[in-house]
Parts: sequence; C-alpha cells; structure tokens
Amino acid sequence: MSEQTIEEVTGEALLEPLPDDVDPGQGRTVFSAWHLVLLPLALVMVIPLVWMVVTSFETLNETRQFPPVLVPGSIRWQNYRDVLEQAPFARWFLNTLFVTVAVVIGNLVFCSLAGYAFARLKFFGRDVVFLLVLATLMIPFQVIMIPTFLIVRQLGLIDTLGALIVPNLAGAFGIFLLRQFFRTLPIELEEAARIDGASRLGILFKIVLPLSGPALATLAVITFMWTWNDFLWPLVTIYSSNNMTLQLGLTTFQGAHQSNTHLLMAATMMSMLPLLLLFFVAQRWFIRGIATTGLKG
Amino acid sequence: MGQVVFEHVNKVFPGGTVAIDDLSLEVPDGQFMILVGPSGCGKTTALRCVAGLEKPTSGTIRVGDRVVNDVTPRDRDIAMVFQNYALYPHMTVYKNLAFGLRQRKTDKAEIDRRVASVSTMLGLDDLLKRRPAQLSGGQRQRVAMGRALVREPSAFLLDEPLSNLDAKLRVQMRAELKRLHTRLGITTVYVTHDQVEAMTLGDRIAVMSSGKLQQLGPPQELYDEPTNLFVAGFIGSPPMNLIRGRADGGRVTAGDLTFERSEVADGDVAVGIRPETVVQQSDGLPSFEFLVDVVEPLGDEVVVHGSTAGTTVETGAEEEELPTMLEGSRAPITARFDPGVRFHPGDRLRLGVRPDRLHLFDLRTGAAIR
Repeated sequence: MSEQTIEEVTGEALLEPLPDDVDPGQGRTVFSAWHLVLLPLALVMVIPLVWMVVTSFETLNETRQFPPVLVPGSIRWQNYRDVLEQAPFARWFLNTLFVTVAVVIGNLVFCSLAGYAFARLKFFGRDVVFLLVLATLMIPFQVIMIPTFLIVRQLGLIDTLGALIVPNLAGAFGIFLLRQFFRTLPIELEEAARIDGASRLGILFKIVLPLSGPALATLAVITFMWTWNDFLWPLVTIYSSNNMTLQLGLTTFQGAHQSNTHLLMAATMMSMLPLLLLFFVAQRWFIRGIATTGLKG
Repeated sequence: MGQVVFEHVNKVFPGGTVAIDDLSLEVPDGQFMILVGPSGCGKTTALRCVAGLEKPTSGTIRVGDRVVNDVTPRDRDIAMVFQNYALYPHMTVYKNLAFGLRQRKTDKAEIDRRVASVSTMLGLDDLLKRRPAQLSGGQRQRVAMGRALVREPSAFLLDEPLSNLDAKLRVQMRAELKRLHTRLGITTVYVTHDQVEAMTLGDRIAVMSSGKLQQLGPPQELYDEPTNLFVAGFIGSPPMNLIRGRADGGRVTAGDLTFERSEVADGDVAVGIRPETVVQQSDGLPSFEFLVDVVEPLGDEVVVHGSTAGTTVETGAEEEELPTMLEGSRAPITARFDPGVRFHPGDRLRLGVRPDRLHLFDLRTGAAIR
C-alpha cells in the first residue's frame, strides 16, 4: 500500500459517478477548433434519428417519395395509434421490460459473486478458470447459438421468455468488469471487516458492493442496452406473437412484399424511448464504462 | 488473560521469501510491546499472523490462553488498526465504530452505550454523523483507534498507525496513545519502523531484522546495551558512531583512538560511540581527532557532523545507502553538545570519551563484547 489513504482511493470521489467539473453540461460556452470536427460528426449521427422521427409522423405515401419528404404535410399521431392497435405493442413492451430487468438483476447478482471470487478468493485453478471465462468473450455468439438453442430446448424453454432470460443471467463481460473493479478496492478494508467479524458474503454485501456503485451501474446500463436491443436470439427462440420482444415485433411491420415504413418508424421510436431516457439519465455511466473497461489492471 | 505469545514462529511466503525466522516472543498481559525494524524485516507479517490475516508456516501463536493458529480473525478476540486506517468509506463514523459489534449481534442498546463511551473518550462526539472522507487525518486516526477500542478486545494490534500523520500531529497522537494505554491497560503489539516511536511508547521493544529477533528489552536497555551491531546502529537518533578497529593484547585501536580494555580477545572490532558521550576537553581521556563539517544548532543542543580518521562500519540498519562526501580514509562522526559551544566548519579539534561508555562489537559476528 502506498502512502495514499483509503479515503483518497475509495472516498466520496468514488461514490460519486464523476466529479462535477466533468459534467457534460458545463463548458459549452468555450468554443474550440475541435467543434468544427465534432459538429459535422454529430450531425451525421443525429440525422438518421431525426429522419426516423419525421418519418414516424408521415403518411405512407410521403415515405415513398424521392427526394425524401423532410417536412411532412401534417403531424400524423395516427401512426402511433395504428401501431398500438395493429400489433400487441404493449405486450411486447412489457415482455422486453421483464426480460431486460431480469437479465440485469441476474447479471448484477451472479457477476458480483463470480467477480469477487476471481478477485479475492484463493482456490485451486482460479487463474486458469478465469482465463477460460475471458476466452468465451472471444467466441462470437453465432458460434454458440445452436448449442445454446439445444440446451434451452432441453430445458423446455423454447418460445417462452425464459429462453431469453436463463442463458443471459451471467456473462463473462460482467464477471471481468467487476473482478477488475473489486481488485482496485483496498484489501485492508476487507481485512478490517474480517477482523470485525464479517463473513465472506458479509464482506461482499456490506463492504465491497456498497463501494462498487460505479462498476455496478456501468454493468447494469450496458446489460440493459444489450438485452433491450437483442434481436437475433429472440428471433431464433420465440415464435408466438405474444412472447415477442420489441425488436422482434418490429420486424412484423416489414413484410416481404410491403413495408409499412411509417408504422415501423413509429414503433421503432416508441421502442427506443426507454433507451434514450436511460442514456440521458445515465450517460455518465456509459462513458465511465467505456473508459474503465480494460484499462485498469 | 490478554497475553500474546509467539513460539518458534516461521513464515515463508510462496516463492521462498522468509519473512519470519524462528520468532519466539512473549507479550505479557497489559504490556505495550513494540516490534521495530527496517522495512521488510518481518514485523508487519508477525502482526498479521497474530491477527489471523497470515498463517504462520510453522510454530504456535497464542492469544490469551488459546492457541489461535486455526482460529478465524473474527474469533481471536483482537482488534487491529491499519496503517491507512481502513475506515469503511461508505459508512458514517458511528457505523464504522458499530460495525464490529453489529457483526457480533450485539444488543442495540449495548452498541449505543459502547460507541458513546469510546467516542467521548476520543473526542469524536461531534463527528459521529460524518463520513471518513469528511475527516482530517488526525480524526480518521482516532476513529480507527475507536473502532478497535469499542470491541473491548483482549489485545490490540497496531500497524504503523501514526505514519500517515504529519510530524506535529504524530507527536501529539503518540502521547495520546500512551495515555490511552496507561488508562486501559490492554495488551498492545505495535509495529513501527520509527525508533523514536519505539523508544517513547514501548514497555519493551523487540528489534527485528531479516525476519529475526535481534534484541528484546526495555527501551533504555536497548539503548545502553545493544547486543549487536544492528541494534546499536538502529536504536538512537542520531545513531551511534561505529568505527572499525583492532584489539591487540588488551589494547583497542580505532583510527587514532586508543584505549585499554583488558578482557577483549584479539581480533577485529567495531568501536561504538554514542553522539552525546563525547566531550571537548580530552585531558586524560582516550581521544580522537575531529574535523567539523556541519553544525546544527537545535536550541536545546547542538549536533555537529564531522569526521575522523578511520573506517566506518555498516550495520544494515541504515535507512538507505548515502554516498559520503568524505575522502576514503575518514569515518563520519556525529556528536551532540550542550548549547553554547562555538564550532565552525573546518575546525579541527580533539574529542574525548570515557572508556566505560565506549561500546565494543566483534566485527566478525556483530555481537557486543562486554
């Protein structure tokens, strides 16, 4: 341990997501040459989103014109009503929400336990097992999709929400993220807690996790986003309309012979709202997650 | 009761580093025992073995009347204060103090009572609702002490608890610690690398080096009668001057210092001179030539650094190797005088020293010759 005190390592600064002076809202009065680069880039990113919003208020005819209609004749709220009437949209929304929340909770619980074991417990073969866990990060999902499908079928979960939840309850990424973070916590805190009489689980829940807010939030946000947006796995395992998630349901607006682009955009808009909301609320965790993963050893 | 005993304790880390080499040590109930030595000497490992954070490779550790080798830290009835305090950053001071008691399912009223009494004793009453990050260094240190005290353990383990404080606060907390120990009389094992802390706090001091116990005794005894070169070089600030010499037929010569010591066997020796034992007038006393280099007036005394003819002896207790700016055949000498002496750099004089205040060590074994 260096001369640094523990409070400097895990003090308030760590419990706060980011110091205030990094707040994205500040410093916008300062103009720098970078903005000349960033502004066009931002435009490139935002234009599709804006186009989607605009299209979601157009009539079917307007969506088919070229050049594209960027200012619709009138704002058609009707599109949104049509989506809700023509498809079990609310049902899909609830399905997605349920699956996502379950997967996020599962990841927080199981990745904490596994990450802590890899970070602090000494057991035979720990480092080898950890390497194996890490190695699974390099296997593309498409490779394990069929084996996973077979297992899930044996569990009798095909075409149920369970098929979307169970295989995703823990992930190598979360284990890795939390292990790396746990290792940065001063070991003396845990030793002090051991002397104070806490058990291993007690240490994890009363000392380690309360100090791991940033890492847990990052994991929650990233898992939420992945699960919410997942398309391929639901496509493979879910057949009946009632059990579909949003991403899967959206495809029903896009047939082989006809696309209801205006309805598709309205539905997509609604399916994106929670993520947009999440991003605005938790963007500092996104940034931190990207900034910390893989950097701290 | 709360005695702490090491019996032939060894600790070898994976990789073969020997941290503790056959340590046997008894801390009687209520005693303030200091483990002191340079970094890497095994003192902290020894303490962690008592706490149960390390497992000794062999040997027995007792706390009270129990062998605790296989007892969990929780059940050893000890409390520890860490060098960096290890306060739980997400808990208030009150919760930090109460955590150990809560883990033991202590009754809520009892927790309140004990936290209140400890916080009053340490002057933490106004801080109970604060988080560690909102405290000053000295306050954190007191909370760390309080967290140990509140448990009412049979032994206290302190690992360099003052080393993160600034110099002034350290002196203050040192006195406070001593007062606390006098008042509570709890067995205390205190690890430090600071020999001033060791001298001022300890009932007894165990000097360690390279995992071995070098000497065990009350502070004054260690100062007056170091059993070997290491302890001689480690205890005392400024440290003892050590000059290479030779004993021949009851006569010892070191540089140009010569004196009689009839019982000494012939051979190479180290002659040790405490800085405060030298005097300016050398009539009749054995004396040596002294070239003044630096004069440090401290108000209550004057410390003079200089050199004499001869070769200095390395003891292994030096903080770090300092390149001496002296010519090859001269040994650095530090001397302490009462205020009022007038020395100037470049002065050349003779300093005398009473023969019975000179220390002699066998240069081959390092052991003291008495």
